[in-house]
This record gives sequence, structure tokens and C-alpha cells, in this order.
Amino acid sequence: MRALLPIILYLLVLPFGASSVAVAAPPSATTVNEAALLAARPARKLSTYNLFRDGKAQVPSDGVHPYDLATPLFTDYAHKYRFMYVPEGQPAAYTERESFEFPVGSVLVKTFAYPADFREPDKDIRLVETRLLIHQEKGWQAWAYVWNEDMTDADLKVAGKTLPVSWIDETGEARAIQYVVPNRNQCKGCHVIGHTFSPIGPKARNLNFSYEYDSGAENQLAYWSAHGLLTGAPAPEEAPSVPRYDDPAADLNARARAYLDVNCAHCHRAEGPGSTSGLFLTWWETGKTAWGYKKRPVAAGRGSGGLMYDIEPGKADQSILVYRLNSTDPGVMMPEVGRTTVHEEGLALLKDWINGLE
Amino acid sequence: MTKLKHVLVALVAFVAAPIVQAQDTVMRIEAGGDFQEALQEALILAEPGTTIELPEGFFEFTSALSLDVADITVRGAGMDKTILSFKSQISGSEGLLITSNRVSIEDLAVEDTPGDGIKAKGVDTISFRNVRVEWTRGPNAENGAYGLYPVESKNVLIEGSVVKGASDAGIYVGQSQDIIVRNNRAELNVAGIEIENSYRADVYGNTSTHNTGGILVFDLPNLPQMGGHSVRVYNNRVVDNDTANFAPAGNIVATVPRGTGIMVMANREVEVFGNELANNASSNILLVAYPREYNDPTYNPLPRRVYVHDNMHGKAGWDPDGAVKDLIAPRTGTPVPQIVWDGVVDGIWAGLFGPDEEETIKIKEAEGTTFANLQFVKDAILPWGASPDFDIKAYSGSYDFRGAVTLPQEAAATSN
Repeated sequence: MRALLPIILYLLVLPFGASSVAVAAPPSATTVNEAALLAARPARKLSTYNLFRDGKAQVPSDGVHPYDLATPLFTDYAHKYRFMYVPEGQPAAYTERESFEFPVGSVLVKTFAYPADFREPDKDIRLVETRLLIHQEKGWQAWAYVWNEDMTDADLKVAGKTLPVSWIDETGEARAIQYVVPNRNQCKGCHVIGHTFSPIGPKARNLNFSYEYDSGAENQLAYWSAHGLLTGAPAPEEAPSVPRYDDPAADLNARARAYLDVNCAHCHRAEGPGSTSGLFLTWWETGKTAWGYKKRPVAAGRGSGGLMYDIEPGKADQSILVYRLNSTDPGVMMPEVGRTTVHEEGLALLKDWINGLE
Repeated sequence: MTKLKHVLVALVAFVAAPIVQAQDTVMRIEAGGDFQEALQEALILAEPGTTIELPEGFFEFTSALSLDVADITVRGAGMDKTILSFKSQISGSEGLLITSNRVSIEDLAVEDTPGDGIKAKGVDTISFRNVRVEWTRGPNAENGAYGLYPVESKNVLIEGSVVKGASDAGIYVGQSQDIIVRNNRAELNVAGIEIENSYRADVYGNTSTHNTGGILVFDLPNLPQMGGHSVRVYNNRVVDNDTANFAPAGNIVATVPRGTGIMVMANREVEVFGNELANNASSNILLVAYPREYNDPTYNPLPRRVYVHDNMHGKAGWDPDGAVKDLIAPRTGTPVPQIVWDGVVDGIWAGLFGPDEEETIKIKEAEGTTFANLQFVKDAILPWGASPDFDIKAYSGSYDFRGAVTLPQEAAATSN
């Protein structure tokens, strides 16, 4: 205890910008700063962790691997760059349904970005924030870092932030929103299962497809296993998988359930923050009333929109689920956080699905 | 250790400076500056045991506040002095969300949230004392659903508070256990006070007036916690509930008739006594089954073991609304009796001869109190139907239910 005091006092006399020296300077520019990941307090600057060889270009350091999800969570059309890191020689353990069990010292990295023109997604990219999920002894820690204008570094934001973001969408139309960086508690709003903070994305079913690595295309589960990032995984054909929600060749029901699974089920499950509603949207939920089929609202308030059922089969426009996904009013909209715009493409999918239900 | 604590407190102050000052375990948020950021940061960084004090003033927020640190008191300068306004809120579905144990919210107001006012979810030991939640434009379907909203929680205390204008329930306790709701005022809501899918609640000393319905005790199907039971509603003033129902359709409270005093739907072991009930134009007390179709074999839709006694009944039933107007008044005539049981029971035997002695409705009210059992099931069974039974004496009897609910936060307060 006594040994800690000088360090804390030292911290106190430092201006914010320099406080990153609280943990030892990284040994080399391309190795992850494990000490910073495991420190009791988060670094003030994202660069302290040394997760990127080139942050602005989102080129990861050695041992930090990019990944992608078949069907991602919608966040106001932000483009997302995901990376994972596990300590050398300590692979995550495979699980069939939930997120993999990552060892202490792991970090999941997600950068939210807006290309100036979505028709040229690799040019003029504005990095908005990078969120870290760091697995420490005391559990997963969530931190959001907001990029500076020059994108040379990003600063820790504990209480969240609202910033204007604009882009030109795929149809050439100018879009502008007030992008909301979540505060720590809002992170928990989605990431808690029971009382335990948990990652959402890296689940077998959502990773089980081919990704374009620098070394060539490869199934992500196979790649993770081959690179010592994952242990206990079956062959990809044996593992569960969900389709891309926007893959017209895939089964409509599977696409809709995959979309609901990743966008809603972290809350809407028996162990999640939305449990009180009795609406459960996990990929494996088979109880018809539980996944919304002719299910009455419970505490929706004006979120019901005057409609009788969460899902009225054959009638998307009479379904509360569609009503709430089509709203941006904070007293009505679902999900409650993470978007300020309507996801038109996701909404269209769910409408098609509900209109086809009998 | 003490030294370290001081350093930590200083650290917290340092991070949130210059707006927050720390004094041992009190963090005072000063007016001015970015109040929203300062308060939210305090709610995140406070150490357990901290009291966060808010000054007098009118403070506007654009996003929801949330608290996930245990053992925190948030205290304003009074429910008419410290006002947190969410009129311009653009994100978050409630004003304040609490997800940690042993939290007390005191002496402040939350106004005009687009969604719920203050929600506590999945917590043990939560207190609301002298808090006001209000939608200032009055009853409106665009108001948020719930004012004070503890759900899936244990050891819930709501006292001395005021809730106005909720488009569902002013005070709503859902899927919770061990609950005291006392000495509050609920006004101009659809439901004044609602206890739903909950176990062991004492609701007393409240005034519930000018709502659509005064006090509701409900149990609904297809939810994680069902089988609501052991609820005592006593010594409340439930008068002049005369606001037209403004709840959005689809919600169960949208079916509550204007002018309902106390309504018990489904539930077991409910005791309603010593209340002052008057000027409720549909009826003073309704005891009814869940009226909708449902798909849940574990759910019991009936009110069982309900004991209604020693209430003071004033005028009721002269201008019925909703289902009371459409289904009850045509059978009972108008005015509708002061106490109405729909007589929905389980099975043919119970339909013809009444439920088992230990399951039935028992009533002991002053001479002259009007009553009807609509005998809906008997009416459906018998080819020639059945008319309502107005003989209140046939239902006399009593139950001896449990004693008062006790809460840990009260034990702590007494020992101080």
C-alpha cells in the first residue's frame, strides 16, 4: 500500500496530458503495452497502449489482429474497425453460444469512423472514437477514447460526449448527425449479463466466415485457432454461424433473427438489462411469445405506439418492434442507446420478415 | 488506509475539477459550468459511501443520467428547489437509471423526461425520499410512462414523493420484492400507484387523486417474475380519480376505466383496508381477472384470497367508463356498486358454487356498502345465465395475513 502512494501523488501533480507516464513507457513502438492494459486506472491517451503501429491509418501493432462480424450492431452508419489482442501464448477459450472466454490482459478494440463519402469508403476517413474492452483481474473495463482533429491520438472520455458528424451516403446524399460517445454506464447498459460485464461481438456464430486478411482470405475461427488466439474451437463447419443480415441469398428468417440477436439480444435476454420486458431475442430463442410473436407490451409506455403486439404476424406496420426501430424519440426508440438515426436497411429487413410471418 | 482514502478522494476531485469539490464522503456539484457532465462524471467516479449533493437551481439535461456505484446518496435542496429538467433530452430512455445497490435519491425533482423518470433496475435496497417526478404540461399521451420506476428489485422504499402526469403509472413497482410505498402523492397520472408482479408490498398513507385509476395491484403473464402476492393497500386516500385515460393503447393500463379507485387484477393474498374511497365515477374497488388472451401455462389470471375490509366509501359508480360502462353497468345498473368482483373463477365447480374457502374473496365493510359479484363464469355455464349477486353478507369472513414489511434501509435509519 505504502509503495503506491508516491505513484498516486506523482499522478496528482502532473498535468493531464503527461499522465500517461504513470505506466512505464512502452518497450518498442510496435508491441502492445501490457502494463498499461493492466493498470488500475485507464490511460488518458489511447496511444499509451500502443495498440496501433499507425493509429490514423488503423494499422495494428504486432499481435493485434483485425476481425469482423457477419452481422454487426448498427451505430448510426459508422464504419467499424475491430481488433483483438490476447497475451502471447494465452488463447481465448471457445464457447458455442456466448462470447469467447478471453484471458486477463486481452483487449478488444473497436474504432468508429466515417469516410467523407461512403461511395469511397477508403478515402478521407474521419476517426471518431475508439472503444476498448480490457479484460483485467477485476473484470472487463470499458473505455472510450475520442480522436483529436488531426487524428494523431485520442483522449479518454469518461462522461461521454456528443459531436457533430457528417458524411455523404451511398446514394450521394449529405447526412449529418449528433454522434453520441457513450459514458461508462451506458457501456454497461448493453454489456452486462447478470451482473457481469461481458463482450458482445466475438461469438462463434458471428465470426464464422471468411475474412480478407493481409495474408489472404481465411475463415476467422480457423485463423484464430491457427494463430494461437483461440483454443477448443471445432472446425468451422461444425461451429454455429449466422448470415449477413444484408445477404439477399440467405434465408430471410435467419437474417432477421441474426439482426435481432446482435442488435437487441444483449439486453433482451433473461440475463440482460431488458429482461423485465419478457421479450427475448437471442439467436436460439424458440418460445414464440418470448421472441415477440403476438406478445403484448409490458412497460413500453408510449413506446407501444398504440399497437397491441411486439410482432403482429403479417403486419409489420402494426408491430411495436417496427414502430420502435423506426423512431429516434428517446422515449420510444429501440435500441435505447447507440443510434440517433433509423437504420433503414435493417428496418426494411424486419418489415419483410414480419410481413411474411403467418 | 485513511491517508490513502483522502488521496483517492482528492484524485476524484482532481479528475472532475473544477466543478466538483470533495469533502470526505460528500461531493458537492456546484451550479454553473457543464452541470450535466459534472454530475454524470460524479455519478461514475464516486466511491461507495459518497453523498452527492446538488444545489438549488433549474438544470437542463440532453442525455440520461446513470448511476452504477453502490452505497450512494444523491440529495438535492428540496423537490421544488433542485430541478433536473429533461425537456431537451435526445438520448437515453429515462432521466436517471440506477443499477447499483443501496442507493437513496432524495429532495430533488425530475421533470419532463421523454421516457421514464427515475428507473432502478435489478437492485437491492433502493430508496426514493421526497422526490418529485412531473410532466409539467399535465396529462398527455406523449408523456413518459413511469415516474418512479423500480423493477426487478428488492427492498424498495418510496416515501414522501410526488408524481404527476405519467402516461402509465406515477409510481410503478414491477417484478420486485419487499416494498414500502407510503405517504406519497400521485396525481394526474393514468395509474397513480401500481404494484405489478411483485411480492410483499405495503402501500399506505398515500393520496392518489385525479388519476384515471388510483391504486392498481396487477399480475401479468409472460414475465420473468409472476405470481404477484402478499400486497396490503391501507389507509390511503383514493379520491376524485377523474382524468380520462391517456395511456397509449397496447399497454395494460390503457384498459383502466376513468374513475377507478383501487383495482386488483390477478394476484393472491391482497388486503385492502382502512382506505378513504370517494368520487370515483366507475367504482371504488374492482377485483378482476386478467382480461386478455395469453399464452403462458404457468400464469394464474385470477384474484385469489383477497380481503377487503373497513374502508370508508363515498360516492362511486355514477358515471362509469370503459369496461365498467360496457360490461359491468349493463348488469348492475348505475350507479355501479362501490365494490365489484367479476366472479371469474377456475372451473365449473367454482363457477357454480364459488371458489374454495381458502381461495375466495372476503369482504367486511360498513353497513350499506354496495357490492356485486358479476358471476361471469356461472353466467357462461348456465344455459339460462346468472345475474349478479349483490348480497355482500354472503362474502363475509376474514383472512389473517402477514405483518408489516420491514426493510434494511429503515433498520439502518433507526439505529443511527
